[in-house]
Amino acid sequence: MEYAIAVQELTKRYEEVTAVDHISFEVEKGEIFGFLGPNGAGKTTTIRILTGLIKPDRGKAFVAGYDVLKNPIEAKQCMGVVPEVSNAYVDLTAWENLALIGKLYGVQSQKLRENATSLLKEFGLYEVKDKLVRAFSKGMKQRLLLCMALVNDPEVLFLDEPTSGLDVESARLLREKIARYNKDGKTVFLSTHNMEEANQLCHRIAIINHGRIAAIDTPENLRAQSMELQYIEVAFNKTVNTQELSENPSITKAVPAGNKVHIYTVDPSTVIEFLVEYAKKNNLRILSLNTMMPSLEDVFLKLIKGKEAIIQ
Amino acid sequence: MSSLTEQFKRSLVIAEKNIKIYYSKGPVIIFGLVFPLFLALAYVIGRNIPLKEILPGLIGMTTFFTATSVGPSIVPWETRSKTLERLLCCPTALWTIIVGDMLSSFLFGLIISVIPLTLTLALAIEPLKFVILLFGLIIANLCFAALSVLLSAYPPTDIPATSMMLSSLVKFPLVFISGVFIPVDQLPPWGTAIASISPLTYFTDMVRQLFLNIGFYPLTLDFLAIIAFTAAFASVAIKLHEKTLAKRLS
Repeated sequence: MEYAIAVQELTKRYEEVTAVDHISFEVEKGEIFGFLGPNGAGKTTTIRILTGLIKPDRGKAFVAGYDVLKNPIEAKQCMGVVPEVSNAYVDLTAWENLALIGKLYGVQSQKLRENATSLLKEFGLYEVKDKLVRAFSKGMKQRLLLCMALVNDPEVLFLDEPTSGLDVESARLLREKIARYNKDGKTVFLSTHNMEEANQLCHRIAIINHGRIAAIDTPENLRAQSMELQYIEVAFNKTVNTQELSENPSITKAVPAGNKVHIYTVDPSTVIEFLVEYAKKNNLRILSLNTMMPSLEDVFLKLIKGKEAIIQ
Repeated sequence: MSSLTEQFKRSLVIAEKNIKIYYSKGPVIIFGLVFPLFLALAYVIGRNIPLKEILPGLIGMTTFFTATSVGPSIVPWETRSKTLERLLCCPTALWTIIVGDMLSSFLFGLIISVIPLTLTLALAIEPLKFVILLFGLIIANLCFAALSVLLSAYPPTDIPATSMMLSSLVKFPLVFISGVFIPVDQLPPWGTAIASISPLTYFTDMVRQLFLNIGFYPLTLDFLAIIAFTAAFASVAIKLHEKTLAKRLS
């Protein structure tokens, strides 16, 4: 099967620092692939290699079947990119920016006019198409960047933190558009810090740390692999001694969290029975009790910092 | 071949974008229009020399300053605004972008060259010489534009003023050693040797031959030298920009 993106043993060093360390993964056609990692983990370096901006020291990368190193022009022809930093030309109008990018992709003038018009209308920028981008808000600039990435109707979209710093409404609009374009068949490579965004949008997620892939799976499987991070959130009418609770063999750890207690366990039903008994025995009333599945954020932190960083 | 043509078309798109954005930038106006104008006035006023004798130096100087005014600032500007990264994400080779920058610098020089070229009409020079001058102006502008883009390659700064300042450090000495103020044939042997390393020398020499029938080098050599300098500047500019690209993007 030909993948939309295939990466083999990709490595990039900057002097003493290994930014990307022998990473390998594949992204299937039509997939939204999330790329998560803390700052400096190697996300942007990987995107820069995949989009042909920098050359790796080792390894291979293919986009839409083209070797990014050997056939960069052909590979770039199949992709659209929304970079980390807003970089539309502020001295040009929205229309001129789209026309420029369209022409650089060799889009025929009639098709370019049609694409640009429909994109600007879809992203709510048509009314301001003749205004200089300098006057645009951050949300408008980001929407324009997505239009610029889509003007050549690419097979693969690379989005580097596309909703970072946006207001709720703009971020939501962008997420809706990303999902819609994915439904239309575009493969999306999404780098983000936003766990909820990754959880909502991505079919699969890769977590990168210190330049290495720590895990790749669906959001559900990643959570399932971290069941030790599930916990029971219980609120009593009085303060309880968490040390006492921790002595139960089914409880991994009990952590106070405001007026509640987070009780980590791999066996929630036994612990719930124990908590009911414990409440009766100590004349306590249970005000609320919820079983909480590990969030993607928990999984992320576990992979990045270790389990102990979360259960404390 | 077709991909080469396609890339060249994209160079034209980049040149068009540069014209829209950079021709009206302050440093370009100052270094490309105001500065050569005042230098030309300083060169002409108070000198009781016939126009025919003044024009070679004047054309050489203005062409050199205008054609080198746009190039040094584009890449630093685009590095700073991260638009260089945007261009490189598109299916454009780095040389395509460099050639686009060269073309926009070349066109700026060529447009301004119309002014001294109009003055030559007052001299009523032979039509053939006028055509040769026109051709000479085209290749000289191209040569100086290539030099200007080369000057933006190192150091890989993202501050346009730094690049402009450093390019002035190269441009001014070149004007003084290139037979603009003192013709090459009147220079001592060491002066002639130094003058031979400047592309402006050959252009000034060419114009002097066309106007005054006095030249230090054969006209063919003047043309060949300018073409050789153009090829050398362009290829070194591309290589040097390729080498410094990683630093610009970091």
